[in-house]
Amino acid sequence: MDALSWGAICATILKQFMPVWIALAATFALSISFKRRLGLYGKLFDSTVGMIGFGIVMFWVFTALFAPMIQMYDVLTQIAQLKNKVPGTALPDGAGYYILGGDHLGRDVFSRVVAGSRVVIQIAPLATMFAFMVGITLGLPAGYYGGRLDTGLSFLANLVLAFPVILLFYLLVTPEIVKTGLPQYIGVVLFAMPLLFLVLLTNSRFYVTPGFRNMLVGGILLIGGWAYLSLIGEADTRVNLLPAALDFIHMPGNILIVFVSVVFVNAPTVFRIVRGIVLDIKTRDYVSAAQTRGERPWYIMLWEILPNARGPLIVDFCLRIGYTTILLGTLGFFGLGLSPESPDWGSTINAGRKLLTIAPHPAFVPALALMSLVLGLNLLADGLREESMKD
Amino acid sequence: MLKFLGRRIFMMLISAICITFVVFFLTNLAPNLEKVAKSEAGSRISDEEVASWLEKNGYTQPLLKRYGEWLGVAPGWTWSDENGVTTGRCIAPGSDPVTTPRYCGILQGNWGNSNVFKSPVSTVIGKRLSVTGVLMFWVMVTMVPISLLIGVMAGMREGSRTDRALSSFSIASTATPEYVSGVIMIVIFASSVTGLKWFKGTSASDVSDITFQNFFLPVATIALYGIGYIARMTRASMTEVMTAQYIRTARLKGVSFRNVVLKHALRNALIAPFTVIMLQFPWLLNGVVIVETLFNCKGFGWTLVQAAGNNDIQLLLGCSVIAVLVVLVTQLISDIGYVFLNPRIRIS
Repeated sequence: MDALSWGAICATILKQFMPVWIALAATFALSISFKRRLGLYGKLFDSTVGMIGFGIVMFWVFTALFAPMIQMYDVLTQIAQLKNKVPGTALPDGAGYYILGGDHLGRDVFSRVVAGSRVVIQIAPLATMFAFMVGITLGLPAGYYGGRLDTGLSFLANLVLAFPVILLFYLLVTPEIVKTGLPQYIGVVLFAMPLLFLVLLTNSRFYVTPGFRNMLVGGILLIGGWAYLSLIGEADTRVNLLPAALDFIHMPGNILIVFVSVVFVNAPTVFRIVRGIVLDIKTRDYVSAAQTRGERPWYIMLWEILPNARGPLIVDFCLRIGYTTILLGTLGFFGLGLSPESPDWGSTINAGRKLLTIAPHPAFVPALALMSLVLGLNLLADGLREESMKD
Repeated sequence: MLKFLGRRIFMMLISAICITFVVFFLTNLAPNLEKVAKSEAGSRISDEEVASWLEKNGYTQPLLKRYGEWLGVAPGWTWSDENGVTTGRCIAPGSDPVTTPRYCGILQGNWGNSNVFKSPVSTVIGKRLSVTGVLMFWVMVTMVPISLLIGVMAGMREGSRTDRALSSFSIASTATPEYVSGVIMIVIFASSVTGLKWFKGTSASDVSDITFQNFFLPVATIALYGIGYIARMTRASMTEVMTAQYIRTARLKGVSFRNVVLKHALRNALIAPFTVIMLQFPWLLNGVVIVETLFNCKGFGWTLVQAAGNNDIQLLLGCSVIAVLVVLVTQLISDIGYVFLNPRIRIS
């Protein structure tokens, strides 16, 4: 069979992404028709920039969701004749095409990029959320109480921020250090924060109705504690707390470490942002009113200050997912953490960069994918900022 | 002002000590030391031999003591074997143990020896830093004026077409990390795909061979990522200044737009970007490591990757000292500069 022309390649790609187009069209149609009832999310559809950003982000989210339907070949199948072949090359048995060419091992570039979106879409938002919970749980009291607590926590945050990120990654992710269990111990501390956050959140809200409060907090502690123990514990590592039968979250060791290091790097910045906002908001009248009413500090922090800080935090959340994506790519680029076979974009760029001048497409395609996702998140954040300022 | 300065410098030293201690702790964990022993004394040695090698080389002392030795505030270890030959941290092979100084650490200028490059760490780092220094110089020379210009032009008339175009450009450039823009630029300017072989995709060369062809792509790659961020900050600061009362007064007085921007707005709008540029250094360090790996340019970032990848403890410690100092000193400069530029800030 002949190689495909560029037009045919584009047509095939468009056809492959069909489930994504349908899902995108449905999302946009529904959101635009109900936009007046959807709050800030609905207002997003008033701004062109926000809509473009949202579209790009959702494109990758749906790609990750429908990845098994979109990708054409297995991500690890190697066909020796197709090593470094240009886009549109036909398979040797004539059964199909590598529409975006083959990489240095003869794997399909298109399928790998599609599968790689799964890794990014799974890790980046979740890691960012954890970083936010850590940052909020520590930033609120630091800003609200001030004094020694603030000095101490700010010093720690500045310390982590002064650490060169790449050095930190190299120190945390190397096999020798992983063997000592250190990243897992950091994970033990970091992952306890979301649990603490949820408990504080519900406890401060329902303190006046002890019966309901006890039930709720107990439930959170039971389910959250189980999830926590099962997340941090992994068989055959230093931290192995639950018996195998109860351990329902199986995170491969290196993904956990990537996760921990990304949260660790992001949390201090979130802490600083939250602390800054709290310092500003705590001088407002409604905070004094709550204080006069005799509300307890955690209620004021979590139910008076935090909801009023949501605007800047949502915007920063979007930006930070983009930044986390960049960090994940950086880890992959240096071959740290994720296995070299993993189809994630950073590792693929790393594998392709050595042959860049001969066969550029294996690195070029994931590079474009990563750039478009981060660009989408940035535009989305910009749109949200613009719309939330209009209130 | 002096008190503020003293406190900042004191905090900076404390941070430096804390961070270097953490790096020291992480690089001196047991598995790392075992690897060092095996690479120095042969890879097939038994566990007992590893233990005795570590003891002979002062690695079995308490961590704090060894950190003190490395820093140069504790006397170096000595070891006398059964033949009465004394070796020690500060005793160079073949020299007389009696005449050597007791202290030898970072503070005394002894940075240890690199296992990978087989030469003193200070010479390795010095040589590599000069390459990176040249790279950084050109990055700064291109990045700062371009980003300030873009930011001021965009913020001058908020919402105009120029603003839209320049803001989109800066968003796009912040969304393109170095390893992406580097790949794209190599593909466009240095590969056979487009046929434009204007620049070289690698700059595996010494300081002596700095040419436009070699250095353009690495410099452009690092600068591009920084430009977007600084430009956005400058734009934000510029739009804020342009809505200030005194600008309106100047406009109503009949001062031309050009003069308002150049004489009234610019000075105040450039205070915030100064801090941003200074705080950009840690990110530049990141970019330097990525770009030097991508373009195979043998500078500081490349050395750091080599040291980390080959478990070269002394070199890694040396690199981290430099990196941490760069970060902390720029933070200090940005704090001082902020106070200096903005007389409204009073810090008691």
